[in-house]
Amino acid sequence: MRTILYIIQKEFIQISRNRSMLPIIFVLPIVQLIILVNAATLEMKRVNMCIVDSDLSSTSRQMTDKFKGSPFFKVKESTFSMEEAEQSLQKDKIDVILRIPQHFERDLVRNNGGKVQVIINAINGTAGGIENAYITNILMEYNKQVTAEWVGVSTKGPLPVPSVAVTTSYWFNPQLNYKTFMVPAVLLLLVTIIGMFLSSLNLVREKELGTIEQINVTPIHKYEFIAGKLIPFWIIALFELGFGLTIGKLLYNIPMLGSLWLLFGVAAIYLLVVLGIGLLISTSANTQQQAMFVSFFFMIVFVMMSGIFTPVESMPVWAQRLNLINPIAYFMRVIRMILLKGSGFTDILKEVISLAVYAWIILTLAVWRYRKVA
Amino acid sequence: MKTDEKIITARNLVKKFGHFVANDHLNFDVYRGEVFGFLGANGAGKTTAIRILCGLSEPTSGEIMVAGFDAHTQRDLIKKNIGYMSQKFSLYDDLTVSENIRFYAGIYEISAKEIRSRTDDLLKRLGFEHAKNKLIRDIPLGWKQKLAFSIAIFHRPQIVFLDEPTGGVDPITRRQFWDLIYEAAQGGITVFVTTHYMDEAEYCDRVSIMVEGRIAALDTPDNLKKSFNVANMDEVFRKLARNIE
Repeated sequence: MRTILYIIQKEFIQISRNRSMLPIIFVLPIVQLIILVNAATLEMKRVNMCIVDSDLSSTSRQMTDKFKGSPFFKVKESTFSMEEAEQSLQKDKIDVILRIPQHFERDLVRNNGGKVQVIINAINGTAGGIENAYITNILMEYNKQVTAEWVGVSTKGPLPVPSVAVTTSYWFNPQLNYKTFMVPAVLLLLVTIIGMFLSSLNLVREKELGTIEQINVTPIHKYEFIAGKLIPFWIIALFELGFGLTIGKLLYNIPMLGSLWLLFGVAAIYLLVVLGIGLLISTSANTQQQAMFVSFFFMIVFVMMSGIFTPVESMPVWAQRLNLINPIAYFMRVIRMILLKGSGFTDILKEVISLAVYAWIILTLAVWRYRKVA
Repeated sequence: MKTDEKIITARNLVKKFGHFVANDHLNFDVYRGEVFGFLGANGAGKTTAIRILCGLSEPTSGEIMVAGFDAHTQRDLIKKNIGYMSQKFSLYDDLTVSENIRFYAGIYEISAKEIRSRTDDLLKRLGFEHAKNKLIRDIPLGWKQKLAFSIAIFHRPQIVFLDEPTGGVDPITRRQFWDLIYEAAQGGITVFVTTHYMDEAEYCDRVSIMVEGRIAALDTPDNLKKSFNVANMDEVFRKLARNIE
């Protein structure tokens, strides 16, 4: 067992001498938390809009005012020419065209109904859908107002207009703050990147240098070597999680409803999986380049499928099954549940057991795959 | 310090990589305390054989005993009793001299106290005390080789295997390195060394010369020179190589 301590000591000395390590450990989390959390957002704000008001009536002006007053839209252009508007859309200057046709007001009064046209840039389908929902919402609101006014005008007194009132309350993230949703995910990315890349590059580096031969010729046990390689990065990654959480609290005041002990406990198991995968890659690769490419491949797939942006539940069934072997998906769920919902141990028991089994399998594989004899 | 006790025996050692036969039925014995030279051109199969004896590679067939243990089944016991220094550099560039010593000694489970006292001893003997806290990358190649050798025998193994230990240094440094080898042999450590410098062959008690995967000759340098009727090992080697062609 003392052997493991000697390896850990050696790794920490090497890490501390490596000039690029300190920036990676301290600067990376800050940059990631600032950039990713603010940039990777699905919230729509100030969508550029062009209004083609061919009616120029008081009704149409009232309607355009609704959009001008909305925080979600920015009326960037107003024109009378549909062609011009379409060109702007083509050039990506705007994303939405609202077209109010001539005689809109007249039709509304005479025929009890007017038509407007909305054209949305839907290259990003999700964004397009959300924009449509916002627009519909504003128009509905406007409809209600118009109906109420006209009904009031015509009958001099409020008529009961039947309607269903819906009261919505958002749980666990009452302000629908996207940052609250993203910070835990970015933290997870952070510890995963640090853990997986450092561990996958480390062992293969000794292969490249040839120092691994010198180790292989000693009576060291394989598990001792793997443990000695794993523990330093495990400690660094856990530290990184703490550091990231502190920054998240300071910058974004993210909620921490659940037990931090529980979070770190699960993170400890999760990191065994991630580091184990890194070491497994490292034992199989011959150069740091190979190790890097393979780690990168797994990282991208795991991250995209983990539910970081899109809910796992809306993925096709086969993809959800694939997530059985996606450690990031498990921990993504856990970190959000603990921090945002305040979930306790029993709520995440399934994830904890899965990660523990996963860790055991991966580490066994890594020890098995590490060959002292060629 | 040569004795009659056999410490390495190889009978019909064969190593194949696919169809390529790297070691073709090697037979030799090495006696405790001798300096055994393992010679051959590049690609003759020296490194393959040494890796098998060290337990770094699995032999295809043959009976091989090293320090009393079987190279097929008792590799970890062999590893406890041997030291190894390879042509590919084995010290950590980003660790200091004493950190390198401490790390390898620690792996061999030498106590911390013992490591400290032996380290001081060693550095004094090598005259490296001033370089104790220097990074390996900052010291000259000759020093690195001496240090690598000293680390390979730090845990006092029965045998030390040296795979082309003196590549790339000047003759004076090489001579100094051989002084260290003799010192170790005096202390009772068997030295198994591969080289392609024929002047180094003269320093060995006995040498074997490998040509294309086979042992073409095995004897003391003097006997080899006599039987080939030449003045030095260089010519012995050339004659053997020419015979094959």
